Amino acid sequence: MKKIFIVSIVCIAASLQANAQRYFTKNGFISFYSKAPLENIEAENNQVMSVLNTQTGDLQFSVLIKSFHFEKALMEEHFNENYMESNKFPKATFKGVIADISKVSFDKDGQYPVSVSGDLTMHGVTKKVNANGTVQVKSGKISAESTFFVKLADYQVSIPKLVKDNIAESVEIKVACQYDQKM
Amino acid sequence: MFGYAMLAIAVAISAMGAGHAQDTTDLLSQLEQEVIGDNKSATNYTTATFKTTRLINGHTVENVARGVLDVKISHRFGKLNNGLYELFGLDNATMRMGLDYGITSTLMVGFGRSTHQKTLDAFFKWKILRQSTGKRRMPITLSYVPTVALKTLKFEDPNRKNYFSSRLFFSHQLIIGRKFSEGTSIQLMPTLVHRNLVTYADEPNDILALGIGGRQKISKRVSINAEYYYQHPDYKLRGTTNSLSLGFDIETGGHVFQLHVTNSQGMAERTFITETTGLWEKGDLYFGFNISRVFTVGKRKRG
Repeated sequence: MKKIFIVSIVCIAASLQANAQRYFTKNGFISFYSKAPLENIEAENNQVMSVLNTQTGDLQFSVLIKSFHFEKALMEEHFNENYMESNKFPKATFKGVIADISKVSFDKDGQYPVSVSGDLTMHGVTKKVNANGTVQVKSGKISAESTFFVKLADYQVSIPKLVKDNIAESVEIKVACQYDQKM
Repeated sequence: MFGYAMLAIAVAISAMGAGHAQDTTDLLSQLEQEVIGDNKSATNYTTATFKTTRLINGHTVENVARGVLDVKISHRFGKLNNGLYELFGLDNATMRMGLDYGITSTLMVGFGRSTHQKTLDAFFKWKILRQSTGKRRMPITLSYVPTVALKTLKFEDPNRKNYFSSRLFFSHQLIIGRKFSEGTSIQLMPTLVHRNLVTYADEPNDILALGIGGRQKISKRVSINAEYYYQHPDYKLRGTTNSLSLGFDIETGGHVFQLHVTNSQGMAERTFITETTGLWEKGDLYFGFNISRVFTVGKRKRG
């Protein structure tokens, strides 16, 4: 009886701990910025889904392409219709790991530089991506930020010659998420 | 006792280790399920049914977006069968210059002036229903487009008593459109055209016509368009025929170029629906183009 009791306690403790390490958000932020000679293009998405496991460093994102919003309506239409083909490829995902998660002490406030690597899938193409970012712990709240570049050609997003001065070959991606603990 | 405890710890640790990557994936799918998976939580409106607000001569179900100004310049050259002497019609051109503006995402207004019969026209277009999936499902887009046109050409007979109202023309159009797939869109356009003054006493003041039109994309930025307006053979103006137009849309960033061949010379509802005289079989055709350039005038709220 006593043995069973100990076993259950250990299991319950282990599972509680496992759960406590999962953090998530449904309204993370991703923006992109394309700087080209003729015009700069910017779009923002405030409905980014992300999950972070603070023990293993597992980090995943899921982003609806249609939730990127532009200042110019026509740009948004062309982004969805001609470039990202969001009816065919409705979302972009990232599955990766924060390599140096052990350097982050989640029970202590601070800014921790980290490096992330993983698979970024968008427009139907999956590529390895490495990026540097920051994990911030502030009074128990966890947030993460990163900026990196994505080359459009890598993801078979084709830019017609006619507008090659309007759209950059590489666009700057900014990510910022505030995580909530999954109970 | 000690052995059991060790075993339990080992099992717990291995379960944790194996579970984590999977855990993360599971949690993300759970979030996706909450946000997008059951697509009953949000309405997804169909966009880009057509490239621009005009199909060839007439309207499409598209509106310009809120705060966007669309400058439209359209030409119809002379008849192709005029031959080389008139450079197949290029020596003569009629044109319409117009401005369209989106007041809200479902209401746009526009006006223009055509050199053809020196006509001013104004309209609004209201999207009553929008094709959508998700929370609110709607198979079609329904728009209502009323127009008013003022013919400013001098009266034919200045000696008789002429009324200002004789210069006015009205049309009411419903557009029922559906984007069937990424490349294929079709619409029906029942239209009523009213004129205050007719040339002959036996001609009708009101003409009902049914339009059908559509587009098929042949690449991401090019589509083939067709537009036809049917009038009842016993209920139209003398010597007129049905309007049939074929053309291309070519989109380049902020511009849409539309090139077409049509048997109608006019570019307002009244003229192309009820006053078309060209016959396709005789080559009474007009080559023409519309150029659309959009400018974002109002600041757009970011979602």
